[in-house]
Amino acid sequence: MTKPKLAVYWAASCGGCDIAILDIEDKILDVANFFDLAFWPCIADFKYADVEAMPDKSITLTLFNGAIRSDENFHIAKLLRQKSVVLCAFGSCASDGCIPGLANFYDKQSIMEYAYIKSPSTDNPNGVMPQPKTKVPEGEITIPYLWNTVRTLPQVVDVDYIIPGCPPQSNQIAAVVEAVIDILSNSKPLPPKGTVLGATDKSCCDECKRERNIKKITKFVRPFEIIPDPNLCLMEQGMVCLGPATRSGCGAKCVSANVPCRGCYGKPINIHDQGAKMVSALASVIDSTDPEEIEQIIGQIVDPAGTFYRFSLPDSILRRAQV
Amino acid sequence: MPKINIVIDGHSLQAEEGTYILQAAKEVGIEIPTLCYYPHMVPYAACRICAVEARNERGWTKVVTACNYPVWEGLHVHTNTPRVLNARRMNLELLLSQSKPVPVLQKLADDLGITEPRWGYGTDTCIKCGLCVRICDEVVGAHALAFGNRGVDREITTPFHLESEDCILCGACARYCPTGHIKMTDIEGRILHSELLLGPNAAITIPFRQAVPNVPRIHTNQCIHMKTGGCMLCAKVCPKECIHFDDQDEFEEFDVGAVIVATGFQDFDPTPMLQFGYGKYPNVISAIEFEQMNSAGSPTGGKIVMENGKEPRSIAILHCIGSRDQNYHKYCSRVCCMYALKFAHLVTEKTSAEIYQLYIDMRSFGKGYEEFYQRILDEGVHVIRGKGAEVVPTKHKRADEGDLLVRCEDTLISKFREIPVDMVILCTALEARKDASDIARKLNISMGADGWFIEAHPKLAPVSTTTDGVFLAGVCQGAKDIPDTVAQAGAAAAQAMKLMSKGEIMMDAAYAVIREEFCSGCKICNDLCPYTAISYDELKKISTVNSALCKACGTCVAACPSGAIVARHFTDEQIYAQIEGILA
Repeated sequence: MTKPKLAVYWAASCGGCDIAILDIEDKILDVANFFDLAFWPCIADFKYADVEAMPDKSITLTLFNGAIRSDENFHIAKLLRQKSVVLCAFGSCASDGCIPGLANFYDKQSIMEYAYIKSPSTDNPNGVMPQPKTKVPEGEITIPYLWNTVRTLPQVVDVDYIIPGCPPQSNQIAAVVEAVIDILSNSKPLPPKGTVLGATDKSCCDECKRERNIKKITKFVRPFEIIPDPNLCLMEQGMVCLGPATRSGCGAKCVSANVPCRGCYGKPINIHDQGAKMVSALASVIDSTDPEEIEQIIGQIVDPAGTFYRFSLPDSILRRAQV
Repeated sequence: MPKINIVIDGHSLQAEEGTYILQAAKEVGIEIPTLCYYPHMVPYAACRICAVEARNERGWTKVVTACNYPVWEGLHVHTNTPRVLNARRMNLELLLSQSKPVPVLQKLADDLGITEPRWGYGTDTCIKCGLCVRICDEVVGAHALAFGNRGVDREITTPFHLESEDCILCGACARYCPTGHIKMTDIEGRILHSELLLGPNAAITIPFRQAVPNVPRIHTNQCIHMKTGGCMLCAKVCPKECIHFDDQDEFEEFDVGAVIVATGFQDFDPTPMLQFGYGKYPNVISAIEFEQMNSAGSPTGGKIVMENGKEPRSIAILHCIGSRDQNYHKYCSRVCCMYALKFAHLVTEKTSAEIYQLYIDMRSFGKGYEEFYQRILDEGVHVIRGKGAEVVPTKHKRADEGDLLVRCEDTLISKFREIPVDMVILCTALEARKDASDIARKLNISMGADGWFIEAHPKLAPVSTTTDGVFLAGVCQGAKDIPDTVAQAGAAAAQAMKLMSKGEIMMDAAYAVIREEFCSGCKICNDLCPYTAISYDELKKISTVNSALCKACGTCVAACPSGAIVARHFTDEQIYAQIEGILA
């Protein structure tokens, strides 16, 4: 009997998702036993041509991490969609856009200029910029064309499931892997398309053990400015905690360590825009009726766009800033 | 308790073991004179005026003090023998040798037939009976008084002759001093205005005669027991053991179908209007104080008197104190004109005083009111169109003129007038209670700038509020007289009954719902609801919306960061569909 085939791909991502898969400890042996690795550039040398040569729908499961921001990302996303039975958007980059998605606050031009000319650590006196096509004595070489706008995987191809998180927590990955093996080996029905795996319907607050009271915010602080009370809701202590507007599933790891939730698990099922919702919620609990005082309180939030849309800009209603 | 047979002046009686002769004698109606005796304390036998003769059946006899001589089986007591009277006379003469003939001693001397004490009179008024020291010690528990020195130098004093910090100013020593030696002095020399109380009061009183429930109440900040832990005399004398010092205010919760707010008003305090001298001149009183004095249950028994107890010869009634005044309340209090006319009528009925009404406009708008005004004019009341400007003491007055001079401009004759009167009644404004905003917040009803609650609609919904099931009645909604209040209260009651009689209410189909499966209980929505419809379920650790209170304003829906709250009929899907429909 041939083993089911597994593919894991990284598009625009940091590689943390691949590490998180390896981080499921001895469960990785079950993965290795159960699946035939069809494609996993992080851990072995696979060629795109090999994948292209595979028959359609020959890969049982593809875990696709990373956002789509170049022709190459887009090409492989389409390719893996074509070759896979089940395509999972794995991790925050693939599902929501995540940190690479913050590029949408700028345009391609300014990013390239900063990265290759302006940044303090760049030494490029001749102002050499990468070109999509370059002629060399051996012929013409190409590099992938970078998009102006970062997109999420579901925005470019049809996605079956989403596993959120930056990265998805290893216990959740292990549980998903177990469930997949169980479904495939016992021919059980798959969950409905579009299901979010490795997370729940409630918000991060559901897993947070901190005491919560009625919220009246008079001042916003950044994490380094206070030593937080370990038992009291961080938002009540003035931190911008995205917990209430973030899917639960991570086990409230950050807040347990006195760090406010940054929202990596993405928006809960019923909301359309994580950042906007959080703004709406915080605006409701600012304890003042004086416009000037409110202005002053709001002014204490440093980089509001980057704070509220840290993980979700490409997936938000905004999608990108108009530059 | 075993009974003991004794005979007092030929009356056989049974007394309980441990009682003293004085108590036993009182039971058969034999009065024994005392000076230092007070029922609720250990007898001290200092004055020795209560001397009686004790005798047994074998003829043994002795003069003893009745207050602290316990009864024994077969005791015969004689209270009126020559030997007893001699002893009393001797004791009283000895007291008088130290003391002036204060009334109580003079009366005793008269009773005992002493015309000229053998050793003359002393210069003191204290007879060293120690009643004050013992009351302060045993009853009050303040221990602020003591005996000082010994022998002929013995005196009653405070420790080290200093102003005692332990004294709680209860006045018990002064109240019970038999000779009046101890007096209360007001160190700061303030004028204590009566604060709506026209007479002295005990720390335990029935608030007023028609009080409901008609039971006494302890004023905890005046009660000696609350200050020192002593006293408890009221508890000792109450035969039904009704006095509980530990009782605390309790909060009770009721489930109700409707709420009628009838919190009324408070009386405007005219003290800040210095020109009228309220609080400065004792015969300048407010209208409510006049009403209290005039009531049959008042300390004056309904008589209209000045502070010195004499009937006033002339009274000025000043309208619009605090109302129709740009500096205080701009509105008209609506009741003052008519009660001021009523006062005039009452005063003419009870006294022969001249009455001056000083008004801005006579607003006798109600049914029969104008006729009453005419009647007052016919009764000879002086009615002056012009607001009272100030009240000052009269200088250079004639004997038949009052001590207070009311100044005003009589706008009908265009003259400045000064009217000397004995008493001034200030018709103070009705004003919103100072805690009205708490009620407004609690019930989520709106309040106008002057503090009155606002009805849902001035013509079409005059007793309803913006909160369903909450109705208004009376002055809390705006100044009004009793007929208007009763009419409004009737309407409010009818509205409440209309709401409740069906047993069910019609609700708008649009209201917010918190879907349990998505709520994580972050409590962001908890304080946002302007209708207080959101509460936190401690058991499920989630928030819930009371759909009966919800008005579907959507505040919580917008705020809920988890998307757990949906406004029925205004869901995101519906709104998106509408936007798509418009854009299509």
